[in-house]
Amino acid sequence: MPEEADLHELVAAYALNALDDDDRAAFEEHLATCERCAAQLAELRDAAAALAYVPETAAPPAALRSRILETARAERPNVVPIHRAGRRSWGLGAVAAAAVAAAVALAIWNVSLHNSLDDQRNANKTFTTVTLKGAQGNLAVADSGGAVLFTCGIGRAPSGKTYEAWVITGGKASRAGQFQGGQGCVAVPLARGVPSGSAVAVTVEPAGGSDQPTTRPIIKSEPA
Amino acid sequence: MSTLADVSPPEAAVVGSADVGREAHGRPLGQATDQELLSLVAHSDDLALAELYDRYGGVAYGLALRILRDDALAQDAVQDAFLAVWRSAAGFLPERAKASTWILTLVHRRAVDLVRREQRRRTEPLEPDQHPAAGPTDEEAAVRFYRRAVQTALEQLPADQRQAIELAYYGGLSQSEVAERLGQPLGTIKSRTFAGLTHLRELLREAGVEEPALS
Repeated sequence: MPEEADLHELVAAYALNALDDDDRAAFEEHLATCERCAAQLAELRDAAAALAYVPETAAPPAALRSRILETARAERPNVVPIHRAGRRSWGLGAVAAAAVAAAVALAIWNVSLHNSLDDQRNANKTFTTVTLKGAQGNLAVADSGGAVLFTCGIGRAPSGKTYEAWVITGGKASRAGQFQGGQGCVAVPLARGVPSGSAVAVTVEPAGGSDQPTTRPIIKSEPA
Repeated sequence: MSTLADVSPPEAAVVGSADVGREAHGRPLGQATDQELLSLVAHSDDLALAELYDRYGGVAYGLALRILRDDALAQDAVQDAFLAVWRSAAGFLPERAKASTWILTLVHRRAVDLVRREQRRRTEPLEPDQHPAAGPTDEEAAVRFYRRAVQTALEQLPADQRQAIELAYYGGLSQSEVAERLGQPLGTIKSRTFAGLTHLRELLREAGVEEPALS
């Protein structure tokens, strides 16, 4: 085990990702209780990051960008289990609760945007809901067009498949995000705004999603 | 009739669509700061991730290529790093680090992990490319300017300090491997690395150059 002063010196090699395993473990233990190390580490990491600009930048293949984004989308944790109890029944209570849950989801959604982008002066919490055909639940649409689909009892998408949401405007479908579903009720913030008069549909698609719906919708909303 | 208490509120951040965000805010993502983009990424906003990639993908790929000397591995490193950004953006603490530093640290760490795993180290991985690829990218003038400033700072370091840093950062060598490579005691290498990086930090600060704001 290195001496205290030696331990502190390891901050530089740590910032360079260059410590051997035993030293890294020792330094991380030290770091947890050393305010000075934490401050210096932040500065030295900036210096290390500056070194990243020295190699000539190279244009990465376009396929890399799509691969990263597709993988990220497929992982998107955009389904939020709402109902932990009472999984077996989807009575009227659950549907009535849907409006409340959608409101909660939408409020969080607005607040998140508000925190993320400070020029949002007023997080608009006014919204309307429309009912769904094909499954229990509803669609909450904010005045801004942002929307959350709330539905119960559709279960998980079959293996190798995904649920994909669509915004249907004038008979044309636009992708609005994929989700895996799950037990109970789920709230799905849509990745696309829902203009007034448009509807939302959900289809089962091959994993990774489709550019256009390839199956009949299992859920369709009334026009918003 | 259910009450609010029957419905557990969503526990995770449930949001995020940049499409909606853009429309709602009337400000293109291209004008968001890195930190704002990371905050959107933390809410699973894939368009914000795309914007960060467009800003840092070129630097990331250039760095990974330098370390790995292999196109497929460099792509793997960049992909893994940006997916790590995607998965762990919620854990990013803006008061602790700059967003760009955080992203480039992830890229570097992944490239180093891969080069160690693949045992692809070259005997001389560290000499700067004598013949950089002709017309690499249409990179921004700000990046070229910053590169020159960092190179100038590196050149001001004592040669042994610079060598220790370059072997570690671009070669992916651990401290004991640097010591072995140079035939020096491990303690000497640790001291040189510390002196070199703190010195570099000072030189960059004195030069007053800021990391380019990429767009």
